[in-house]
Amino acid sequence: MAKRLDIKDLNLFYGKFHAVENVSLAVPPKNVTAFIGPSGCGKSTVLRSLNRMHEVAPGARVEGKVLLDGEDIYTSTVDPVEVRRTIGMVFQRPNPFPTMSIRDNVVAGLRLSGMKDKKKLDEVAERSLRGANLWNEVKDRLDKPGGGLSGGQQQRLCIARAIAVQPDVLLMDEPCSALDPISTLAIEDLITELKKEYTIVIVTHNMQQAARVSDQTAFFNLLGVGQPGQLIEVDDTEKIFSNPSQKATEDYISGRFG
Amino acid sequence: MNDPVVAKRPAGSGAAGAERGVAAAPTASEAPIPPTPEAPVTTKAPHVRPGDRIFRGLATGSGVFIVVLIGAIGLFLILQAIPSLGLDNVNFLTSREWNTTDPTNLRFGILDLTLVTVVVALVALLIAMPIALGIALFLTQYAPRNLARPFAYVIDLLAAVPSIVFGLWGLFVLGPVLFPFSEWVIENLGWIPIFAKGNVNVQLGGTIFTAGIVVAVMILPIITAVSREVFERTPTMHVEGAIALGATKWEVVRTTVLPFGKAGYVSASMLGLGRALGETIAVAIILSTATSSFGWSLFDGGSTFASKIALAAPEFNDARSAGAYIAAGLVLFVLTFVVNAIARSIVAGHKEYE
Amino acid sequence: MSTNLADPQRLATPPTFQAVSLSRRIKNGIATGLVWGAFLIAIIPLVWVLYTVIQRGFPVILDGDWWQKSMSGLLARQQGGGAYHAIYGTLVQGLVCAVISVPIGIMIAIYLVEYGGRSKLSKATTFMVDILTGVPSIVAALFVYTVWITTFGLGRSAFAVSLALVLLMVPVIVRTTEEMLKIVPDELREASYALGIPKWKTIVKIVIPTALSGILTGIMLALARVMGETAPVLVLAAYAPFINYNLFDGPMASLPLMMVNERNNPTAAGFDRIWGAAITLVVLITLFNLLATVISRALAPKTK
Repeated sequence: MAKRLDIKDLNLFYGKFHAVENVSLAVPPKNVTAFIGPSGCGKSTVLRSLNRMHEVAPGARVEGKVLLDGEDIYTSTVDPVEVRRTIGMVFQRPNPFPTMSIRDNVVAGLRLSGMKDKKKLDEVAERSLRGANLWNEVKDRLDKPGGGLSGGQQQRLCIARAIAVQPDVLLMDEPCSALDPISTLAIEDLITELKKEYTIVIVTHNMQQAARVSDQTAFFNLLGVGQPGQLIEVDDTEKIFSNPSQKATEDYISGRFG
Repeated sequence: MNDPVVAKRPAGSGAAGAERGVAAAPTASEAPIPPTPEAPVTTKAPHVRPGDRIFRGLATGSGVFIVVLIGAIGLFLILQAIPSLGLDNVNFLTSREWNTTDPTNLRFGILDLTLVTVVVALVALLIAMPIALGIALFLTQYAPRNLARPFAYVIDLLAAVPSIVFGLWGLFVLGPVLFPFSEWVIENLGWIPIFAKGNVNVQLGGTIFTAGIVVAVMILPIITAVSREVFERTPTMHVEGAIALGATKWEVVRTTVLPFGKAGYVSASMLGLGRALGETIAVAIILSTATSSFGWSLFDGGSTFASKIALAAPEFNDARSAGAYIAAGLVLFVLTFVVNAIARSIVAGHKEYE
Repeated sequence: MSTNLADPQRLATPPTFQAVSLSRRIKNGIATGLVWGAFLIAIIPLVWVLYTVIQRGFPVILDGDWWQKSMSGLLARQQGGGAYHAIYGTLVQGLVCAVISVPIGIMIAIYLVEYGGRSKLSKATTFMVDILTGVPSIVAALFVYTVWITTFGLGRSAFAVSLALVLLMVPVIVRTTEEMLKIVPDELREASYALGIPKWKTIVKIVIPTALSGILTGIMLALARVMGETAPVLVLAAYAPFINYNLFDGPMASLPLMMVNERNNPTAAGFDRIWGAAITLVVLITLFNLLATVISRALAPKTK
């Protein structure tokens, strides 16, 4: 299941605007990599380029390589739809499909890809909801709309939905920024669980969160307004938070800016 | 899946991404994104699924269809009007005559039709504009919050009444009610040309005056709805600024809502004018046909483009006679096209209405 | 805004809150009065028209025959008969029109919102939809006449009427569908793409269902609107006082056409039929409007 990601010389553009410059980075399998950095430094843009969601914006452009176990996801013969099936994503704000029940939300990816076997779908729904630590809370209301859950539950529903298609990698774009502290804790516990099976990349504004959940941390920074964002350094989380090699990283972590 | 033909598609045109779906990157409080759509989307030829290609083709085809359709309307009307215009024995633009009963001696001109059409529409517009402005202000600024919506619904109901019902009401109910008033105006103000005794029996009520009032009622909803939409977009900051300076309600409206919404209101009125010019059956039912030509009085009868065509339509038997009416329809089409295009361009020039 | 200055002790010092000057208050009062007046004026014709229609038409439609019989075999001055044939015509012409308009209109809206972006074609399409919105119904009817009857040499028929109604219905459907698709949050599209669902399936299975209640409401309202159109039936269909099930051939009645036809009938029976048909049309339109409300309530995304 879990695969490794290698980012090589990645440059990202929105039209003529150079958003991110020369990012190279290895994401090991069954491991949590956190992207941290000030607003506007391009960490979310990099994350979105890892499953080809970057190009959804008009004028967006990608240069460089992203290798999934050695295979470039940007080769012209690769179908972006297949890439996204292999590399799942959880967004900043929980976004369950409003017209679907809880169960249908979880299996949406499989059902819309053509799986019809009801028994199998029910199995997947249960497995995924258990995997997202949500099963016990919703098992009696699987046919109720997903929109009726609390924010934290909705976000775990979205995680269940993402893992239901059994991706190799899970990308999380500030998954807790819209949640209260208790829900945040539940998601963080879940991330630690999920790491046993998935390669996880998480963007976060919360440095404590990065320190708590990640094994490896990448710090992105912006040299100036209108300049492209850059990867400053990447290392074991422990090292980054105790003894970073770059001055900018230390300043950011100790709260001197950002 | 790896169809080489697919790979040859122009770069970017088929990315599984979307024109919609832009919002996520900016909301992630990430890099400011200046959208420059003219830049190439990606340097690599994207892979496109057959399902996406078909669906995209269908959607784009529908878009093309509507563009072609409007062109076809103009083209077909022109093509079928030309032969009859060639056979016309009077000047099409300046003649007041309209006689198509003998296909071998066609005599048709649109001067009278144009005048009556424009005058009916202007009367309607003059009546409807101030009232619609009042209603739009009422609904957006004055009506109690919880009643604004039901009140707006009531105004929209006016648009739901079929125009033939308005026509029957105008002829059988409103016309007779207006008669004493019309008679008084003719007797006392008849020396002013527009209030002169007209070319039809005013007692029957089939005058431009009656038709104008009924059409005014019919275009009220559209002018109100569009104006309302614009007034609602008055920036709250402006309004609150005026209130903070101690302005009365009217002063708030005069200094913020009206200046902001002026262009929208004008555009709305143009749309109303477009409707009024093309209104068919209500006018056809109300206006009495006159034997003499239009004499610039509100108490004249006559025919508009639309009513002339509607009343003659059941008897379109000879292509040459029908062509005369199609030529009139073409003029009406061009007239409404121009009026509507002006209305749209006014709004298009105001980005703040988006 | 005004302050109570009756308290003599307060008068020693200037009041904190000064009263708004009289002239400003008068202007404000006049404006308020005019604005309320405008609204009330607009209510008058609405109530008046509805009252007229109900007062003159209601007794006619109380007769059970009205809903079950046609005018077949009746002389102009004979009382009796019904509008069954005209109701059938109005409904069937409207439905056929909807069957053609709905897919076209929805696909155009999908193109504009999901694919068109800021391309030239997209701008042209938007402009043309705007123009089509303003095309007078008589011009739409004449266009279909020039294509269907003069060019193809086919006869006047109910189907030709439906085609003309399509021209009037499509822009309304495009507009409402477009608005509804625009308010579907982009987050849902992204969530779907991120699950590896292709764009077209995202549109069909996620975006459209989310917007469905609004789209259906729009369709119902558009249908109510075109059913009352008179110009197309006048140009493109001949009146038949009896029922005709054939869409493609022969004269077929509809409520507006029945009204126009009975206007040439100066007898009391004709008068009754005009207003009977009028109230029937208004009732049908009201029913479709109500149906629109019911649908939008029933299909709106739920949270419980």
